[in-house]
Amino acid sequence: MQFKYMSKTLIPALFILGLETPLAHAATPEEKGLEIAVEIDHRDLGFGDSQTELQMVLSNRNGDKSVRKLRLATLENQDPGLGDKSLTVFSQPRDIKGTAFLSFTKILDPDDQWLYLPALKRVKRISSANKSGPFVGSEFAYEDLVSFEVGKYSYKWLRDESCGALQCFVVERFPKYEKSGYTRQTVWVDKSEYRIHKIDFYDRKETLLKTLVQSGFERYLGKYWRPLKMVMKNHQTGKATELSFSSYEFRVGVNEKDFTPNRLKRIR
Amino acid sequence: MNPKGRYPSALSLAALLLFPGNVATSFADDVEIGGSVAVEVRVFPGDASYSGQDRSRLSPSVVVEPEFIYPLNGGDDTLTFTPFARFDAQDERRTHLDVRELTWVHLDNSWDTTVGIGKVFWGVTESRHLVDIINQTDAVENIDGEDKLGQPLLNANLITDWGAFGVFVLPGFRERTFADDEARLRGPKPVQVDDATYDSGGKDKHIDFALRWSHTIGDVDIGVSHFHGTSREPVMKSVTRSDGVAAFQPHYDIIDQSGLDAQLTSGPWLWKLEAIARAGQGQRFAATVAGLEYTFYQVADSAADIGVLAEYLYDGRDKNAPATLANHDIFVGARMTLNDAQDSSALAGAVIDNVTRETFLSFEAERRLTDHWKAKFEARWPLNVPNGGFFSGAQNDSFLVMRLARFF
Repeated sequence: MQFKYMSKTLIPALFILGLETPLAHAATPEEKGLEIAVEIDHRDLGFGDSQTELQMVLSNRNGDKSVRKLRLATLENQDPGLGDKSLTVFSQPRDIKGTAFLSFTKILDPDDQWLYLPALKRVKRISSANKSGPFVGSEFAYEDLVSFEVGKYSYKWLRDESCGALQCFVVERFPKYEKSGYTRQTVWVDKSEYRIHKIDFYDRKETLLKTLVQSGFERYLGKYWRPLKMVMKNHQTGKATELSFSSYEFRVGVNEKDFTPNRLKRIR
Repeated sequence: MNPKGRYPSALSLAALLLFPGNVATSFADDVEIGGSVAVEVRVFPGDASYSGQDRSRLSPSVVVEPEFIYPLNGGDDTLTFTPFARFDAQDERRTHLDVRELTWVHLDNSWDTTVGIGKVFWGVTESRHLVDIINQTDAVENIDGEDKLGQPLLNANLITDWGAFGVFVLPGFRERTFADDEARLRGPKPVQVDDATYDSGGKDKHIDFALRWSHTIGDVDIGVSHFHGTSREPVMKSVTRSDGVAAFQPHYDIIDQSGLDAQLTSGPWLWKLEAIARAGQGQRFAATVAGLEYTFYQVADSAADIGVLAEYLYDGRDKNAPATLANHDIFVGARMTLNDAQDSSALAGAVIDNVTRETFLSFEAERRLTDHWKAKFEARWPLNVPNGGFFSGAQNDSFLVMRLARFF
């Protein structure tokens, strides 16, 4: 993964010298898939920290809707052996207002997770063994929402195809961590900016379970792309969850100590 | 209702007094208004045990608990005000007001302070909260000990790489609440609530202290604490009232209590331990709750989780200490979480005395109905109550609660 730290300007120079760009020298579909994943990760490296607010709308086949509102703060961990830290604070529905969820993403080990229950003023360490369980009743599983880390999956490039106006790599990825609800995911990544536009999720019986579509991409600090809309459709139940993000703020200088269980009871 | 409307309330005036430097900006900030209003009906299927107790089997009440939050200085400071009121048709003492929280919290990079009236929770186990000691139990609210009165406090916490260190100064003691003489759940004798006695000459003005260290080390979350001050648990002394009626008089001892709480989180297993040593009530004694919780996820291919809980309770206190159910007991329970859009969940449990077989059954279930309404059902059921048992006097006071709350 040394080329992770290679600057972009070096690549054309190397090309002229007869060396190939990373993606060009991939020999097998597996290597090419991995290199696409590494490039996705590489392009997000160095964002530091981010904050956003989002609205989550849960709907079922009958059209019943329920709304959650939450604030999401993420602290990047640049150590490639460790994942990011994230803090989620709910403001709606009102009965769970102030409930906070702290997660330390790991690569293959179970994540560390704590829940703060404001009515009891109680911080609870919770089991993260339910990676495939629904996050607050939504169609997003916990494992769908944690930060993307290359080492969580093995990869296989399938084909290139157009996705809307763009050209996309289509890559399969296979979870390597335990307790995943999926056997595989098919990911559409555009070739120009390495943004994930769509993911098909296949359950443990190898049938298509869900599709995630990401859109409304905005670029921050000149290089970090974030989708402001994510729609997850469950093909088996007809339920859907739509996430609408407000604009992100980057490098707001969040305090690392805010991402500790002891601080959870003071965060609002 | 708009939860984030602009309310230049008494709270913002208080903020202006506290933070004169922010006069220009404070009106631009918003007071966040939240909280709930609930109607509740308690149903007592059995007859009252004592003459003079209310005969009615239904006890309706209304609970109002608004919450006002005023963030300042970009969130570094927060003022919170949570008054509480219950109006109960049957129990005059259950009709009560409290300030659950009135705090100024200041956050800095590696330390924080809280000044005011607040609530602090310590502990990990399900069946009994041994280590938790800062707040007095609001016992008229429920008999599970989960409801607490607001405690005046000054608290500072330092967050380091070696864990968080907290200091608590607790000026002013809150006496435990007790059911009215004529109400259900009052126990075998009426309680002389206005006549409590104290070890300390300062009575409820005694200033209590507590220290706590807590840390996360890998899969283990651990806390160590010490408390010196007025026991939150009173000893109930038998006295004869001036009218000749036998009654209980609460007595509050000065105690020293050291506590340890730890949880090991490993896959679907949670291993939990709480232990205390207490001096000042009879012989110095130790008590512990140790157990586990194992969760089966996505049971039968649904989204639901089922957790099973088992805990052992030991308490070595003698007769000079407040009575407890949990001297040699087993707790078994099950928790079900549907993980649906309504956050439906249920918890059932039984605490069983190994010697007397005195048993306390408990069930609670809740479900959000709409984005603003929530329903809750509870049942508390003492069984096999022996003479002189912990629940003697309340063996006929099993009850069900139905609660409908509107959150705003």
